[in-house]
Amino acid sequence: MSIDLQTVKKIASLSRISVTDAEAEAMVPELNNILGWVEQLGEVDVTGIEPMTAVIPNHQRLREDAVTDGDVRDKVLANAPQAEHGFFAVPKVIE
Amino acid sequence: MSNNLTDLTVAEIRDGFRGGDFSAREVAEAFNANVAGAKALNAFIVETPEKALEAADAADKAKAAGEALGALAGVPIGMKDLFCTEGVQTTAASHMLEGFTPTYESTVSGKLWAAGAGMLGKLNLDQFAMGSSNETSYYGNVISPWRRGGGDNAALAPGGSSGGSSSAIAARLCPAATGTDTGGSIRQPAAFTGISGIKPTYGRCSRWGIVAFASSLDQAGPMARTVRDNAILLETMSGFDPRDSTSLDLAVPQWEANLTSDLKGKKVGIPKEYRPDGLNAEIAALWDRGIEWLKDAGAEVVEVSLPHTKYALPTYYIIAPAEASSNLARYDGVRYGQRDLPDGAGLQDMYAATRALGFGPEVKRRIMIGTYVLSAGFYDAYYTQAQKVRALIARDFEQAFEKCDLLLTPTAPSASFALGEKQADPLAMYLNDVFTVPASLAGLPAMAVPGGLDSQGLPLGLQIIGKALDEQTVLNAGLAIEERAGFNARPDKWW
Repeated sequence: MSIDLQTVKKIASLSRISVTDAEAEAMVPELNNILGWVEQLGEVDVTGIEPMTAVIPNHQRLREDAVTDGDVRDKVLANAPQAEHGFFAVPKVIE
Repeated sequence: MSNNLTDLTVAEIRDGFRGGDFSAREVAEAFNANVAGAKALNAFIVETPEKALEAADAADKAKAAGEALGALAGVPIGMKDLFCTEGVQTTAASHMLEGFTPTYESTVSGKLWAAGAGMLGKLNLDQFAMGSSNETSYYGNVISPWRRGGGDNAALAPGGSSGGSSSAIAARLCPAATGTDTGGSIRQPAAFTGISGIKPTYGRCSRWGIVAFASSLDQAGPMARTVRDNAILLETMSGFDPRDSTSLDLAVPQWEANLTSDLKGKKVGIPKEYRPDGLNAEIAALWDRGIEWLKDAGAEVVEVSLPHTKYALPTYYIIAPAEASSNLARYDGVRYGQRDLPDGAGLQDMYAATRALGFGPEVKRRIMIGTYVLSAGFYDAYYTQAQKVRALIARDFEQAFEKCDLLLTPTAPSASFALGEKQADPLAMYLNDVFTVPASLAGLPAMAVPGGLDSQGLPLGLQIIGKALDEQTVLNAGLAIEERAGFNARPDKWW
């Protein structure tokens, strides 16, 4: 299975990374190389094997349903590229 | 004594400070001077000499007042710039986070400061910890202090991603540093620079406040010049943290107090799949010496098989990018970091422009691979399959550990290479992690210790892999090798 220029542009769009045509073209062989190499996993017999999601057995902990943090608005906003009136500011999204 | 304070180990600094041989301030000043004089190595992104002095003065004052001293009182260290440090820029070596100044402290760095350690600065690394040569940093390559013999002055890679840490320790800019290891990022740089480093069992060190790369693999750990120093730092860095859902709720063992190089009764497994055709002859020879050293320490040696070893790298290069594509979705130009807002751009355009500006080529490559393998129609073929093979790789280790207590392997397939040598081919770079990735996928503790120099005069490392939660055996075997290898080579100062 190999990917073409259109697919690279689609992946870039899904990834929210803008790419020029030249960048996308350069990525076609790069990504194909890597994806072609990882495809060897298809030859492994995984019959009856459950996908691993946690490497070291652990359990989900519960804690008391109580507020443990918060009230730090200014700290949360301190690194925002644009913060106004105590909010994150973004370009207009409703025309 | 004061002339060579920077040659001391963490244990020697700790004990010498307590014994009154020197003040913490003298130590901090000596390391600050070495850091300031080593710009050519580019090991630090931010230097914080004032932080080192502040901690040193606090330690001196506490000692004078007869107060209880923290485990690391008087010891200055380097902090990989992947750990959030309150009030000190944290970039993950990316443009995206340039200027990001956390308003909180990571759990691991906070524990180190609470124990009395001082911060010499934030260490350079591969961008978002993605790389094996420290060539993907937005702030420039880190240079290894090592050079090949025979007047070859080619700039060599300090390994990656913790390349600032390894370079700084080998060059005596700090006695120890933090690292993080996702697929070998502590062990491979340690091997390249002739130092030691341990990745503990997944869940030992809290991930809270560490810039995330691949959350099911990321583990913090120490790097230093001796095994004992690694044990000392790891004790401080480890421990349960309710803010990390994968943190292990277990007591921290006394690894330093229980260090012993007596391996009687221990069985060392030698995995045959780690000796492929074409394995570098000098590395194979060092591995054989390592086997003899462990036998000499009283261990019995057995051959074991890890049949899915060859699938570990491709598994890693599905799982790690998949998790990275999800973790790095947070960089959207809204909450922190850079923003690129072209004229007239809407919100979606702003995301895409910001991420095009803020991420380097390797980071983009991995996000895109991760996005692809998680996308509709490909998820099962790539991601689910990789998770299943990961289970088989972990099972290989479980079965091997029915026959032995630890594994001995080389750390990396080669010594350090020249900068630029592997840059053109991402796959060739990925292959550098062939011996370190399997233990990462299985969450096992693994350590690199220096074993000797190759014919070019460059360090080579051995790797010890242990059972889950058995860092003690890993450290003990590391100590047994350290005592027998007698590795005391150091790079000649040229910087």
